[in-house]
Amino acid sequence: MAGLATTLGSGAMTNSISDIVDAEVLFVIGSNTTEAHPVLSLQMKKAVMEHGAKLILADPRRIGLTPFTHLHLRHRPGSDVALVNAMGHVILAEGLENREFVGARTENFEDYRASVEEWTPERAEQITGVRAQDIVEAARLYARAEASAIFWAMGITQHTTGTDNVKSLANLALLTGHIGRPGTGCNPLRGQNNVQGACDMGGLPNVFPGYQAVSDESVRMKFAKGWDVPLDRLSPKPGLTVTEIMDGALSGDIRAIYIVGENPMLSDPDLHHVEKALREVDFLVVQDIFFNETALMADVVLPGASFAEKEGTYTNTERRVHLIRKALEPRGESKPDWVILTELAGKMGADWEYERASSVFEELAKLTPSYAGMSHHRLESGGIQWPCPSADHPGTPILHVGKFARGKGLFSAIEYIEPAEMPDDEYPFILSTGRILFHWHGGTMTRRSPGLDSLAPEAELEIHPDDALAIGLEEGQLAQVTSRRGSIEARAVVTRRSPPGTVFMNFHFAEAAANILTPKHLDPQAKIPEYKVSAVRVDPLVESVAS
Amino acid sequence: MLTAERTVPTTCPYCGVGCQMDLHLQDGYIFRVSGRFDNQVNYGNLCVKGRFGYDFVHAPDRLGAPMMRASRDAAFLPAGWDEALDHTAQRLEAVRQEFGPDSIAFLASAKCTNEENYLIQKLARGIVGTNNVDHCARL
Ligand code: SF4
Repeated sequence: MAGLATTLGSGAMTNSISDIVDAEVLFVIGSNTTEAHPVLSLQMKKAVMEHGAKLILADPRRIGLTPFTHLHLRHRPGSDVALVNAMGHVILAEGLENREFVGARTENFEDYRASVEEWTPERAEQITGVRAQDIVEAARLYARAEASAIFWAMGITQHTTGTDNVKSLANLALLTGHIGRPGTGCNPLRGQNNVQGACDMGGLPNVFPGYQAVSDESVRMKFAKGWDVPLDRLSPKPGLTVTEIMDGALSGDIRAIYIVGENPMLSDPDLHHVEKALREVDFLVVQDIFFNETALMADVVLPGASFAEKEGTYTNTERRVHLIRKALEPRGESKPDWVILTELAGKMGADWEYERASSVFEELAKLTPSYAGMSHHRLESGGIQWPCPSADHPGTPILHVGKFARGKGLFSAIEYIEPAEMPDDEYPFILSTGRILFHWHGGTMTRRSPGLDSLAPEAELEIHPDDALAIGLEEGQLAQVTSRRGSIEARAVVTRRSPPGTVFMNFHFAEAAANILTPKHLDPQAKIPEYKVSAVRVDPLVESVAS
Repeated sequence: MLTAERTVPTTCPYCGVGCQMDLHLQDGYIFRVSGRFDNQVNYGNLCVKGRFGYDFVHAPDRLGAPMMRASRDAAFLPAGWDEALDHTAQRLEAVRQEFGPDSIAFLASAKCTNEENYLIQKLARGIVGTNNVDHCARL
């Protein structure tokens, strides 16, 4: 999460699930919380229903949270920065900012003030399609409350402008001082179960565990010592991101890829590109619990054990580290991934000696300051939120209390940039992709649970009744959805959930992976490919009826 | 013979909320899952995935043994662990010798544990000598 790390000094959710009910105003943008984080959404509903909180929802679609909202801003996909800048404009124009907080705890305010000067709600209305008076209302609600919390998810980050989107939201929190207290904060909701942990543990090209930069020599010395490897083994040069790795495979710079527990053949934005890339490498290893689409292309496939067959920890979206425990023996000859990696390291000349997952944790806690006070033994009696620097530290439910991780909160002047792909005559619709409740990223796990599969069995295209009528598409009819990159079929669901001009698809299906249609423009800072907005054409199909 | 039911407390493997739950086991099968109340995350609640999404653990098409093939056109054949890991180590070492550490890339995983992600990047950085480690979840 490049945006928050830059502005606040940490990319993680600032607050906790348990203090959502302390918020007077919830501002939820780009998160279909009831579907992507169902149990967390219960706390939001509770805040509204039992504690009288007001929910401002910014989402083009009518979604599960809509009935609980005080104000639903249906802004055009990709216009988030325009909307949020205009809210900042209103707050300043009406003198609703928290001057004491801005003065004492932030920097670069003047730049920010100048950047939102021209963002009148009227101008934002032109771009977002949201009425100026609703933007004013949202700004007043957010700024005037004692405690307001912002929540977002992939709808904000999966844009070419994702990093900008996040920074613009952080600006609002800095401007009003809604941070560092219960019921406030900047709260990115992490998608898959251990995204937070994978990042914390250095599953990123530029940092060791604990976000310690590979370019920092003292950090490299610490890890060389901790791992007992020569200092010159540890490269000071940041590595490649997933997307750059795929490009590297095509250009011949990357010759071997080792994939653990991921299925880029289903989750990467431009599937044809990934397929070509994986064909190109000399050696491909896939380690997974299933023979997934990516494994089909591999040279070696190694069977991992499922979460129920091993020990370890996951870190949830609120930075809380939880244990998983072994309930069953691994299937067949499969082994926990940590065992496979330890054995492979041995074959490659290292002598890692881990008796159990808890011994791995002991080592990582020594090298990761925010995890230093944790151990499996301590986690037995419940999860702990990082930072937890010492064995007697209770963990940290709220970040940035009294002081930001980077010192002062950094305002950023954010320019609005049009989405990289806008609709035109040939591709007149905006396609927005997302996930639906019953399937989980790529579907490798949920599609194998027959009970869940029958609830949401095939790829669907949501389209507004006006649009359906205009192109002669009927409810339940098969449609061809075509972008500049490819074409797939999906069944039409005619509904007012999506606004006119925007169609919606989920991306859980190998057969109709909506990702074939999505472009590969990258957010230049976070290197997150653009999922949410691509331009498509929709053509009704006539099905041949078997007589 | 039916063995007695037992429960194992654990964490839901699906989304970033990290709900706490009990797996109820009998005869080596997860037959029920219930939410745990002793926490400030899910307060006893689970969603439909957390409550019912466990057939994948027992799915018939789970991988049961390492698989290898001689070339991309050849069929996969089951292999022993020693053989599969020896082969993997040799091939990675050969690529490293010929094209350098930065010609190898690792994808870590938002589905794996912290311990596993830690070891993936330790392998990449500390043994191979490359920072080419990323995970698909930024997607
Ligand atoms: S039970 Fe549902 S909300 Fe809770 S972690 Fe699992 S998938 Fe997420």
